[in-house]
Amino acid sequence: MKKETKEKTGSLVSRRNFLKAGGGVAFAVAAYALLPKLDLVEGAPPGEGNLVEQKVFAWVHIRTDGRITIYNPAAEMGQGSMTALPVILAEEMDADWANVKIEQSPIEPDTYGRPGFRGGASMLTVGSRAVSGYFDGLRIAGAQVRQMLLANAAKKWNVPVSRLTTGPSVVIDKSKGRKISYGEIAGFMEIPDSAPKVSKHQLKDPKDFRLIGNADIPRFDIPAKINGSAKYSIDVTLPNMVYGVISRAPVNGSKPRLLNEKMIRGRDGVVDVVTLGHGIGVIAESIETALKTKERLVIDWSEGAKAESHNSESAPAEYAKIAGNPGLRGRDIANMGDATKALQSAQSKYTADYINDHIYHAQMEPLNAVVSVGSDGKSAEVWAGSQAHDGARSAVARTLGIEFSQVKYHPQYLGGGFGRRSTSDYIVEATELAKAAKRPLKLLWTREDDISYGMFRPMSLQRMEAGVDSKGNVAGWKHTIVGTGSRLLASGARNEFYDFPNQKIELRSVDHGIRTKHWRAVGHGANKFAIEAFVDEIAAGQKVDPYEFRLRLMKNHPRARAVLKKAAEMSDWGAKPKSGRAKGIAFGERSGSLCAGVFEISLEDGRIKVHRVWVALDAGIVVQPDNVIAQTEGCILMGLSSVLHESITIRNGRVLESNFDDYQLLRMKDVPDSVDVEIISSSERPTGVGEAALPIVGGAVANAFAALTGKRIRHMPFTRERISDVLGKTA
Amino acid sequence: MAKISFNLNGEDVTVDADPGTPLLWILREELDLTGPKYSCGIAVCGACAIHINGEATPSCITPMSLVEGRKITTIEGLSQDNDHPLQQAWTEEQVPQCGYCQSGMIMFAASLLNKNKKPSREEIDEGMNRVLCRCGTYLRVRKAIEKVIRENG
Ligand code: FES
Ligand code: FES
Repeated sequence: MKKETKEKTGSLVSRRNFLKAGGGVAFAVAAYALLPKLDLVEGAPPGEGNLVEQKVFAWVHIRTDGRITIYNPAAEMGQGSMTALPVILAEEMDADWANVKIEQSPIEPDTYGRPGFRGGASMLTVGSRAVSGYFDGLRIAGAQVRQMLLANAAKKWNVPVSRLTTGPSVVIDKSKGRKISYGEIAGFMEIPDSAPKVSKHQLKDPKDFRLIGNADIPRFDIPAKINGSAKYSIDVTLPNMVYGVISRAPVNGSKPRLLNEKMIRGRDGVVDVVTLGHGIGVIAESIETALKTKERLVIDWSEGAKAESHNSESAPAEYAKIAGNPGLRGRDIANMGDATKALQSAQSKYTADYINDHIYHAQMEPLNAVVSVGSDGKSAEVWAGSQAHDGARSAVARTLGIEFSQVKYHPQYLGGGFGRRSTSDYIVEATELAKAAKRPLKLLWTREDDISYGMFRPMSLQRMEAGVDSKGNVAGWKHTIVGTGSRLLASGARNEFYDFPNQKIELRSVDHGIRTKHWRAVGHGANKFAIEAFVDEIAAGQKVDPYEFRLRLMKNHPRARAVLKKAAEMSDWGAKPKSGRAKGIAFGERSGSLCAGVFEISLEDGRIKVHRVWVALDAGIVVQPDNVIAQTEGCILMGLSSVLHESITIRNGRVLESNFDDYQLLRMKDVPDSVDVEIISSSERPTGVGEAALPIVGGAVANAFAALTGKRIRHMPFTRERISDVLGKTA
Repeated sequence: MAKISFNLNGEDVTVDADPGTPLLWILREELDLTGPKYSCGIAVCGACAIHINGEATPSCITPMSLVEGRKITTIEGLSQDNDHPLQQAWTEEQVPQCGYCQSGMIMFAASLLNKNKKPSREEIDEGMNRVLCRCGTYLRVRKAIEKVIRENG
């Protein structure tokens, strides 16, 4: 293979390896693709200069019988990208979807990656970026495959390509009334030395899409998910496999010393005991022996870890002091005009603190991985569910001191990710234990492990201050965030669609030494709660309807206004709800998508009951509309779960909750009667949908609560105790 | 260790197991039936649900000693060709997301309909309350069950 040819610029020349299919009849098309700079499809004049040669990638496999395999590069964790990404390619390729099969692509970021955050190619599936990140590249790739098919048919018929068109998996010569299927072409197809160039005008006009936006294309993974056959890494069993469990530091940072190693090693069925930096691993012949032995470990944990000083129950009082200390300066997230002056000269001033607790990912499949290390330690095989399959593969290689290529990696379905599975810690642990065991090993985190050694969406306090001038405009806006987790707290703090001429948004970080992590929508959950609830408070103070008030703030943002208006219209905002109920509204943006929602609630038994929810979403072009609705429903329900129930308590660095009996998630009885979702039709590029609706939930529920009771609830989750506190206080 | 015999998805099987071992581990790690999932291990999430004589039960807390002589059905044995009315409705409503809770969801729903052909919305919510879904598929679970009820006439 001529790998050297033209690495830097211009067209790609190397003849890529053919994907050989078993049996020899099948023929593979190796599709070359140039990942375009995003501006290629965005509208810059397409020219050679706009094509950045990234990598060659082989996305498609056409068999002579017409069956087509398209490779999906993203992790599938329930968000549906494994179907959506192939749909994009199939659209431009003009494939007959009925004959398309989807397979997971190999974990080769150089071939299947998209431009990563820090340059380079990445297969990270995070931040709702799969569809938006791959959209242009996959369209180009699909169009290139189509061009190659057209060129081969033209050659066969000896006619100019310009006379030919395509329909679902066929090339058509209208002038002669003849057709040839893609499968037939695959039988004689020649692959050119360089990938055909595709310019913007050769891509389909979105109005001609028949697959993108087609609500009748089902998710590819559903059949395996209704009969128990879908495989997650936890389901993998290998011959001669042993089981690993780990007793991890009860306080992050403390170090273990095993006091009864001899007794442990002497137990029936125990294969090995491994001391790791953060815990003691037990390897045993069966999962029951591993679990029972773990209970018997007597470990002396070192003292003095930083996290010992953290108490989540008293932290808000500390945070409030930090927020109010004029001598402190944090990191500016935004600083425009002069917020301090605008507040001083305002006619009316508002201030309020909002708080959110630590919360846990609670992906239903606890962390686990299966790893087998070669007897010479120079190779490994991995079965894992990860949002960073490429990162995990590298991490295994690093752990063993071997090359990336020496690690064979089998990506599995993820039983939920939500941000937890973009770190490879559990896969590294499995590698360490498998290396010690010298046998294939399945590492299992119990639910208790998954919670007590969890990485949480960090708690924070948001001090909001606003000044309104005599014309009723919000002249000054200050938002001070205090908490642990640093940049995790910053996302969603900016007001992209509300115009505040003078604003200062500042992050004052505290380091508690605890484990924190991205959690679906990251900081948006806390920040949008504070912003949306506070905007409502200002509107109430100004005696303006909160919907009208937001429309005014958004006056320069027609897309945002349209989303908000849609939600208001769907919910019949102006109509009075039946007695005992009230509605609240909120707006938010995440991963480029805009979302607004109205929630109707009542109080039952001292708790908030959500009855109906209306959501409008603008996510640009939507590839799989029904799945976008499903993701939005999922966001609303996961959001409600976090807003109404979820809280991790940390005392002296220890997590008090241990399982789903004391860490409550939303259950069927709490589910609203209806969640109506409407997608705003759009021809803009797609934006992320996996998290888009989640940030609105806290604000909308809090605002409905205020409409119902006249009281503001400002600390998530809105538990029975906090509700009764708020209602009792100034009754 | 003891020999324990039971009927599993229509076949008689005998396994050698510690009577205290939870059925879930035997199904998953010995018998290669991985449809029932481990998630909480303490009977509060429903992911591991199987039927014992037609009734949905968490297999994570069912010791092997209780399995002797019983009829056990896992999701793998619920239907011949994924054609249980609930499985069909699940496909039509596109219920699963990550899918991890779905065996439990379907097994609980099947057990609910075994006992009550026409549960009300409230009875559905009550019957399905033991299964957790982090992805938030509850609305579609409800719709799929209601669809089956409607089609049953
Ligand atoms: S694993 Fe059995 S109920 Fe949760
Ligand atoms: S579908 Fe993911 S937990 Fe239910």
